[in-house]
Amino acid sequence: MASAEGNWALTAVAVTAIVAAAAYGVETTYEWSHGRIAANERARVVTRLNSVLDPGLRGRDLTTTRIAAADRDLLGSADPVDVFVLTDAGTPVATVFATVAPHGYNAAIGLLVGVSPEGVVTGARAVRHRETHGLGDAIDVAKSGWILQFDGKSLRSPAPPLWAVDQDDGELDAIAGATVTSRAVVSAIKNTLLYFEQHHDALYARAAVAAEAERSDQ
Amino acid sequence: MSSVTNPLTEATAPLWRNNVALAQLLGLCPLLAVTTSLVNGLALGIASAGVVVVGSTLMSLLRRFLMPAARLPLALLILAALVTCVDLFLEAVFYDLHEGLWIFVPLIAVNSGLVAHTSNVAARRSVGFTLLSALATGFGFLFALMALGALREILGRGTLFAGIELLGGEGSRWIALDLPFDGMLVAVLPPGAFFGIAALLAVRNRLAAARTRASAAAPDTTAERAQ
Repeated sequence: MASAEGNWALTAVAVTAIVAAAAYGVETTYEWSHGRIAANERARVVTRLNSVLDPGLRGRDLTTTRIAAADRDLLGSADPVDVFVLTDAGTPVATVFATVAPHGYNAAIGLLVGVSPEGVVTGARAVRHRETHGLGDAIDVAKSGWILQFDGKSLRSPAPPLWAVDQDDGELDAIAGATVTSRAVVSAIKNTLLYFEQHHDALYARAAVAAEAERSDQ
Repeated sequence: MSSVTNPLTEATAPLWRNNVALAQLLGLCPLLAVTTSLVNGLALGIASAGVVVVGSTLMSLLRRFLMPAARLPLALLILAALVTCVDLFLEAVFYDLHEGLWIFVPLIAVNSGLVAHTSNVAARRSVGFTLLSALATGFGFLFALMALGALREILGRGTLFAGIELLGGEGSRWIALDLPFDGMLVAVLPPGAFFGIAALLAVRNRLAAARTRASAAAPDTTAERAQ
């Protein structure tokens, strides 16, 4: 069988040819795909932002500026999270936080929380989670309407001591059988509102600077 | 396998009799993890089958030039390049479906059953044999993924082909069935994967045993393989 098994020289040529072909193939596919993948990601972000905005804002020509904010305690992540400030002719009309609930049952839960300039939640969605099928995954709006209870809530109603699930003497409903998950989401949304209350002027100022920088780039 | 085996029988064995997942019990990790629905299984199965057919055919074409020591690394390189391209393609065209497949598209490159085919069968056999046997291996794995995906989706969710629009576009939504019951959640949870694969293995072993008995009763037929 020796003749059918090649030798070092032929092997080297074949391997070199395959390495070159593989590199070319991957590079070509990457060039073709990366614009499409980025467009898919942007489309998803826009769809998701719309889902947590006040319905009255839909269809308006808003400027969305993405900035980053870091606060391990209030935004749930040691890494900076995305914050989207939406403005209408320079006036902030909504802020959307890609906040993190660090103590989900299986892993951290990625949330999107829309906040009006008055500090009222306009919508919240779980966008990334590994909660248990059939129990904790009820935070997903595709599975249940549980997360819609946050619409219209703010730090004034209910007051912060009551921003907790009913088992903890709070005013918010917990998902039956998924108290850990419910607590994680409730406290993440409350903390997001606290962060917004403390930092909204700074966020608006930073977004205005970022939007200005983006305009001058173009 | 005995030396009297018919090459056609041998090449098509991975389709069912020597199925990668159901007989060789290889590639179980993606099989168990992804099959929470038929559409997920179908998508990963098509990707796996495409990769093993192209990869094995390439290896077979190159087999005369290669020293045995170079087979496995080169097979892995070819598979890794192919799955990278497939993964990027899926993410560009089927973005939502891609998300449901988690990490398992890149992991096709190290699916033991498929690597074994690409580095062993393809390195020793003709292009024709390899192509046929790669098709049988790929479609055999696709079949296992679809069977387990369908079983778990029906029992666990009471639906079939849910999410087909992620693969076939809005026009294919009519295919999805909503069965008149809710399903038992356990079937789509990880334990359900083991119950499901156990059921499929039981069926497969039962059929194999019946065939062995039949060929023992009629020894003059092609009793090529005693189970």
